[in-house]
Amino acid sequence: MADYSAIIKEKKDKSVLMDWLTTVDHKKLGVMYLIAGTLFFLKAGLMAVFMRIQLMFPESNFLDGQTYNEFITMHGTIMLFLAATPLLFAFMNYIIPLQIGARDVAFPFVNALGFWIFFFGGLLLSVSWFFGGAPDAGWTAYVPLSAGDYGHLGMDFYVIGLQISGIGTLISAINFIVTIVNMRAPGMTMMRMPLFCWTSLVTSLLIVFAFTPLAAGLALLMLDRLFGAQFFSPDSGGNAVLWQHIFWIFGHPEVYILVLPAFGIISEVIPAFSRKRLFGYTAMVFATLIIAFLGFMVWVHHMFTVGIGPVTNSVFAIATMAIGIPTGIKIFNWLFTMWGGKLTFNTAMLCASSFVPTFVLGGVTGVMLSMVPVDYLYHDTYFVVAHFHYIIVGGIVLGLLAGLYYWYPKMFGHHLNEKLGMLMFWMFYIGFHMTFFVQHILGLIGMPRRVYTYLEGQGMDTMNLISSIGAFLMSAGIIVLVINIVYSALKSERVVVSDPWDARTLEWSTPTPIPEYNFAQVPQVRSLDPLFYEKIHGDGKMKPAEPLSDIHMPNGSILPFIIGIGMFVWGFGMIMLNMENAIITPYAVIIPGFLLTFGSMLVRSIKEDHGYHITVEELKKLEKEVS
Amino acid sequence: MANELSKPFEKSALSEEDLYKMNKEKKVQITSFAFMIFLTFLAFIAVATEMVAPAFAVPFILVLAGMQFFLQMFYFMHLKDKGHEWANTFIIAGVVLSTPALIALTFLLGMTKY
Ligand code: HEM
Ligand SMILES: [Cu+2]
Repeated sequence: MADYSAIIKEKKDKSVLMDWLTTVDHKKLGVMYLIAGTLFFLKAGLMAVFMRIQLMFPESNFLDGQTYNEFITMHGTIMLFLAATPLLFAFMNYIIPLQIGARDVAFPFVNALGFWIFFFGGLLLSVSWFFGGAPDAGWTAYVPLSAGDYGHLGMDFYVIGLQISGIGTLISAINFIVTIVNMRAPGMTMMRMPLFCWTSLVTSLLIVFAFTPLAAGLALLMLDRLFGAQFFSPDSGGNAVLWQHIFWIFGHPEVYILVLPAFGIISEVIPAFSRKRLFGYTAMVFATLIIAFLGFMVWVHHMFTVGIGPVTNSVFAIATMAIGIPTGIKIFNWLFTMWGGKLTFNTAMLCASSFVPTFVLGGVTGVMLSMVPVDYLYHDTYFVVAHFHYIIVGGIVLGLLAGLYYWYPKMFGHHLNEKLGMLMFWMFYIGFHMTFFVQHILGLIGMPRRVYTYLEGQGMDTMNLISSIGAFLMSAGIIVLVINIVYSALKSERVVVSDPWDARTLEWSTPTPIPEYNFAQVPQVRSLDPLFYEKIHGDGKMKPAEPLSDIHMPNGSILPFIIGIGMFVWGFGMIMLNMENAIITPYAVIIPGFLLTFGSMLVRSIKEDHGYHITVEELKKLEKEVS
Repeated sequence: MANELSKPFEKSALSEEDLYKMNKEKKVQITSFAFMIFLTFLAFIAVATEMVAPAFAVPFILVLAGMQFFLQMFYFMHLKDKGHEWANTFIIAGVVLSTPALIALTFLLGMTKY
């Protein structure tokens, strides 16, 4: 057994780059998700700005129709799969083990694998720009637009890239489930778990059941496109509507996959800055479960206008409206948490509390959309665009920002600057409403979505201009955030206390910066909001649940990274099957990729790696250093 | 310590009771496996021979399928066992969530409008 000081030395010898490429530490992976997600977010945001420039004036020629289509597709796909999901995963990765009092996730290696597969899948999708253009059939990729006859090579990148990154998302979700089920500290019963862990658990469950149909659908589309199958081509006995069903059986749960962790973040931030426990914790848990259940029963509301029939439409309309009930419960619980609390309005709290009204607006338009007769009017207009942006930007992005400002001191050891934070918030919030509020009206007067321009004199000019200006303001807000991150890294005071917000949950009982093993002794949890309980009934420190003893740690590994590259190469080779003038035969790419992927798996299976131990003496030394 | 992990065990760590339970479980598995083969055989007969009227064969096979599903879940995927509550929760959640989708797709993809 290698002893710890030797490992430390080896680590120091390793370059920083190798350290990050081989890490299996949930905290570092969380930061990597955060960085990767932010890069994808900025990229897709830039596309949105280009689209808004195009729509600023009628009959503008800034972008042509084809480029515009590629932008809407990439914007939507990236934002949902490669920006929002990984950003939420960043917090889930970083915070869940800390909140449940664990030393890492259940399978650290799988965690790294999930990250690299997601990352290389996203990269594969992104390189489509260099091979004849990005996918252009919308993030929903409806057939026949996305099938062989109409969809060009870009769609192959969509189909293969998403399949790969989907595998990464799926295995990470399974990892979170196992972690939450098995790794809770003594005394941390399910009903004492912070709400963020609950919503993450439910989200992971939704991922397992929703990404599998998506994977199946994408596989069928791939067979259609690459191997001449006819699942979706009516001429040969296939069924085009089948794709829509499969897509939305995944697609509606997906929107809840994104919003539930955001709910969780809000449910952490609001109690922390209201100095009160979360109102109606049990109701919150059950509302989450009901939302998850109903989320699977409503997918046809995206297909009302397909003409499936009145009874079906009514059933799904009612199911959709029913979701408003558990969602309403949550809204009121957040309000009651704030009611009578000692409120502190810093940036995190501003984002969290303003989430509530914007999310209500999105919910209200959602219920409006679920009424079938009027949905015939709203469908595929800017009204729908306004609806889901109120939820995604006003809900998920604000939730992410709240989480960022709240957990930043724990993650990076210093606060984000509050003045710049406030500036960012107000620019973003005002810009957001300017951009999307008028889009409701644009939709009502008939502006169709996904069309690259509009005619003059139809009453749409002013509102589109307002919307574009709002988008610029919002982007400026994000630029302020980037400036804030750099500025605070250089100027902000280091946080040395473990609990800068005087908060309630376990992650704030760890020292800052957090040691690699999180908890020298796993804490004993005695109540909901365990740290708060100890502050009131104990000495303000968590009681240990075990004596100080050797800690078993996993070794880092480069294999996840190599498997990611292998899948990238393999996927690229598959896409080359459809390339007209590929320089080399596709099999010269597919086979190495395949061998790289499965070869690394083989190495992982036969090479024994039992990790290492941090002995008690070393632990004592390390603990002295941090305190 | 870690190096020791790779060494093979000298003798089984199972107690008498564990062994007894394992053998019992083995018997249960084999019995249910045989029974499932028998059910498959019945289903096969129902369609391959003319002994059963088609109007009866369809519901008959569906009932058999239901039984197969039950056996698969409870005996082979251990839903019946103690200590499997979490696994049960997730498997049942999967069944509950996917059944409506399957039913809906069976009906909604045809020509008839509902
Ligand atoms: C009370 C809750 C909600 C209701 C009743 C609701 C209802 C609807 C309906 C009926 C549509 C279809 C509109 C049409 O195409 O004609 C729709 C579209 C959409 N909703 Fe919601 N929704 C709700 C919550 C959410 C949430 C939480 C999210 C995201 C986190 C979301 C994201 C979307 C998206 C992305 C679309 C458009 C999909 C597309 O066509 O590209 N919705 N919603
Ligand atoms: Cu939906």
